[in-house]
Amino acid sequence: MSVDLTTVKRVASLARLAVTEAEAEALVPELNGILDWVEQLGEVDVTGVEPMTAVIPNTLRLRDDVVTDGDVRDKVLANAPQAEHGFFAVPKVIE
Amino acid sequence: MTESTYRIAGATGDWEVVIGLEVHAQVTSQAKLFSGAATAFGAEPNTQVSLVDAAMPGMLPVPNRECIRQAVRTGMAINARINKWSRFDRKNYFYADLPQGYQISQLYHPLVGEGSLAIEADEKAGIAEEKVIGIERIHVEQDAGKLMHDQHPTRSYVDLNRSGVALMEIVSRPDMRSPAEAGAYLRKLRAILRYVGSCDGNMEEGSMRADVNVSVRKPGDEFGTRTETKNVNSVRFVMQAIEYEAQRQVDVLEGGGRIVQETRLFNPDTGTTRSMRSKEDAHDYRYFPDPDLLPLELDDTFLDACRASLPELPDAKRARYEGLGITEYNAAVLTAEVETARWFDALLEAGAKPQQASNWVSSELFGALNRLGKSIEDSPVAPAQAAELLALVADGTISGTISKQVFEIMLETGDAPGKIVEEKGLKQTSDTGTIEAVIAKVLADNGDKVEQYKGGKEALFGFFVGQTMKAMQGKANPQIVNELLKKALG
Amino acid sequence: MRTELTDLTVAEIRDGFRAGDFSAREVAEAFNANVAAAKALNAFIVETPEHALAAADQADKDKAAGTLKPLSGVPIGMKDLFCTNGVQTTAASHMLEGFKPTYESTVSQKLWDAGAGMLGKLNLDQFAMGSSNETSYFGNVISPWRSKNGGNAPLAPGGSSGGSSAAIAARLCPAATGTDTGGSIRQPAAFTGISGIKPTYGRCSRWGIIAFASSLDQAGPMARTVQDCAIMLENMAGFDARDSTSLDLAVPQWEAGLSADLKGKKVGIPREYRVDGLDADVARVWDDGIAWLKDAGAEIVEVSLPHSKYALPAYYIIAPAEASSNLARYDGVRYGLRDLPDGANLQDMYAATRAAGFGPEVKRRIIIGTYVLSAGFYDAYYTQAQKVRTLIARDFATAFESCDVILAPTAPSAAFALGDKTADPLAMYLNDVFAVPASLAGLPAMSVPGGLSKDGLPLGLQIIGPAFDEQSVLNAGLAIEQRAGFTARAEKWW
Ligand SMILES: [Mg+2]
Ligand SMILES: [Zn+2]
Repeated sequence: MSVDLTTVKRVASLARLAVTEAEAEALVPELNGILDWVEQLGEVDVTGVEPMTAVIPNTLRLRDDVVTDGDVRDKVLANAPQAEHGFFAVPKVIE
Repeated sequence: MTESTYRIAGATGDWEVVIGLEVHAQVTSQAKLFSGAATAFGAEPNTQVSLVDAAMPGMLPVPNRECIRQAVRTGMAINARINKWSRFDRKNYFYADLPQGYQISQLYHPLVGEGSLAIEADEKAGIAEEKVIGIERIHVEQDAGKLMHDQHPTRSYVDLNRSGVALMEIVSRPDMRSPAEAGAYLRKLRAILRYVGSCDGNMEEGSMRADVNVSVRKPGDEFGTRTETKNVNSVRFVMQAIEYEAQRQVDVLEGGGRIVQETRLFNPDTGTTRSMRSKEDAHDYRYFPDPDLLPLELDDTFLDACRASLPELPDAKRARYEGLGITEYNAAVLTAEVETARWFDALLEAGAKPQQASNWVSSELFGALNRLGKSIEDSPVAPAQAAELLALVADGTISGTISKQVFEIMLETGDAPGKIVEEKGLKQTSDTGTIEAVIAKVLADNGDKVEQYKGGKEALFGFFVGQTMKAMQGKANPQIVNELLKKALG
Repeated sequence: MRTELTDLTVAEIRDGFRAGDFSAREVAEAFNANVAAAKALNAFIVETPEHALAAADQADKDKAAGTLKPLSGVPIGMKDLFCTNGVQTTAASHMLEGFKPTYESTVSQKLWDAGAGMLGKLNLDQFAMGSSNETSYFGNVISPWRSKNGGNAPLAPGGSSGGSSAAIAARLCPAATGTDTGGSIRQPAAFTGISGIKPTYGRCSRWGIIAFASSLDQAGPMARTVQDCAIMLENMAGFDARDSTSLDLAVPQWEAGLSADLKGKKVGIPREYRVDGLDADVARVWDDGIAWLKDAGAEIVEVSLPHSKYALPAYYIIAPAEASSNLARYDGVRYGLRDLPDGANLQDMYAATRAAGFGPEVKRRIIIGTYVLSAGFYDAYYTQAQKVRTLIARDFATAFESCDVILAPTAPSAAFALGDKTADPLAMYLNDVFAVPASLAGLPAMSVPGGLSKDGLPLGLQIIGPAFDEQSVLNAGLAIEQRAGFTARAEKWW
């Protein structure tokens, strides 16, 4: 599998990374180099092997249904680039 | 199974509509799915938000047991397979109401697998007989925050209070064939959720929303391309959206066009749908297992406790009511809403006779509540009091007519029926001497009518009963009045 | 002549302070002075001398009151990946420049609760992505070491915990926190002649540590001695209900359990790590390590880790995939940088913000990660990589049936010059070839200094243990430390 300029641009857009034409062009050989290299994984016989789910044997703990958090609006908004009337503000979204 | 006959007529022939629903039901819980922030509706913006919900750097999710428990119980209520091993996956996309840049959901290994639900026959709605609708899965996921577009001319405002609230996504099979079937499915699902107590079913507050998948085809053809109308929040709107969308698709196809698989938005003011611009480019969600969370493994103890905590569900309850001699109609009415059923069960428990009680509830109680604009949960008369009232009728202490009068007083004062009957002297008289004396007077005062009666005008019998009862202010035992009148009139 | 306070180890500071040889304030002031005088190394993004002094004054008070804590009197450096309440936390990214968390990471809180003070926030590779500390928005960290082989080219301190390694090697702090996703504690430790341990995945809470790759990220200490690593780790580790992957286990008394006597222990030497073209110095130090462990009483056995060569490619699918998702939250809405070009809509704002906020290596990995997860490629890349990961973990499990710990080099070479590998991402990635397998398997692994290259630069030896057995790792490390007699240090030029 090899990526072309269109793919790089599509993936960058999917990742919400604005790229210039030059950046996108530079990424093409770079990504192909890395992808060619990782594709050696295809050699490995993984018949009957489950993908790893937990690296160390451990099970998911569940917490009790108790309100222990929230009511910290000042902390939540403290670092906001733009906060108004207790909300985060963003450019108007048209749905 | 008789198939739906709902068709949309087109120039090229009749079209059948195929409907699948993805219902997002908010799980009833105090705290959010992955954080300890509260879930209560209507709080000030961003006050029910933890640093986890706001996706601050380094914050991690820890799942809420109650949310898992409620989803499992819901699965059991639709006879679904419960997966003892499930996982949370991330659904990646960018939107201002999604702080993490992904929604924690379940794609590959949902908590609940295949189940089903039966919708009842409803001839008026064109549902000829009971129909089983398949449910593909129920998975647990996070709700998003809320965007407000009308507070500022150039900005949208983000409120994360809902961000991270637990949802069950209940995904049906594309088994519905008419708006009515979809409506019946939604109502039934809502009833089950409310019986189970896993969701309050409050559609106005957004506790239940449906994504409506609609396609059309010529009967017998393969499925057509579907559209998904997002977040429709009432049964009526869902039915409207289907009607509109099916007609629109037929028009497109009849006009030689193609249906585009897309996300649409419903406008409740116009009853129409339109393409949703903001979601156009998504659709590559890059799902993968959430590496912050281990697989969710449930043991038998947990599952047994979930099962044991399930209440009697609507179908079982209806069958039981019918077994008690309650009419099919009444049984359906009494089980449609969990509060009604709960109230009625309490009434039976307090000793009321099923048939008498069911008739009384569906006529007298519902009538009164309607008049008062009250729901059954805040009925001014409690089941125990109602049982007492019905018992007074059953044992002949008061007549049915008087019982209505007593009930009115109960509604007003909240007094116990026994006390009302006692105080107002409403007890029914079965004393034959007293009744005979009154009858004698009635016959004496109406000599002409007695003549006519004896002359063959038997319909006048009712007149004598009425006069006697009136003279006794309704308190005479009607059966005894009848007997004694017959004797007196020879 | 009294030794410089800044030459003391954590244990020496702790014990000397308790014995009344010096006050905590004297120690803090000495380190603060070293930090202030070492700007040329660029090891710190933020200096917090007042934090160190406040903790020291508290320690002095506690001493008088007889309420000493395990790390009373010890100032440390904090990798700038740990969120610190009210103190700028950036992950070395423009994206988070100016971000002041309103919360404290579990690990840093534990250290403050143990009495430690903070000298500052240490520089690192941006979002911990890098092996040379050349991806920081706040500039490269310069290793205090200089090659003896002519030329004074600035050397890489390793990465991503390069600020930590450089600061410890240069005596700017006696110990520091690090995080290790694919070698980020061990490789910089090896490059700078210090020690560092990545414990079993789940030992240290990840709560409040800016995530790179959640299934791999693990915090750990870096210091000059094995004992110091044990002391620090005891005060960093522990169950945390706020991290779903946290291990619900008591924290062992690793310091008390230290023993360099390896009689009855078996040390595995992985055949597959003897790759063709292995650097001669690295091979020599590895052989020395084998001899030292034998000398400590251990039996040496050969083991096989057959899927080793696939670890790095698997890592470069899994880590970027997780990162592409973990870094989606940096969108200019709730914190951090926002770039809003004229007339931009929300999605334009995201793309502009992320383009301006992330450095090239971060973007590269986000794009790789996005690509391998995208429709049609998920199974071929991600699922396959996670299956290979299962095989790698199985390799280790099998190997540990016949040995107690594994000994290997930490890195394939000594420190290289800054700029040497920046043009070729693949060459840079290969630095972690020996470190990554243990990361993929979640195993405890440490690097201790083993000797010097022919150019006089430090080389590290890596010890990998079975899950939960940090003690065996530390003990083997101690046995090497005692025999290696590594006393070399960077000559001060800064
Ligand atoms: Mg949907
Ligand atoms: Zn959903």
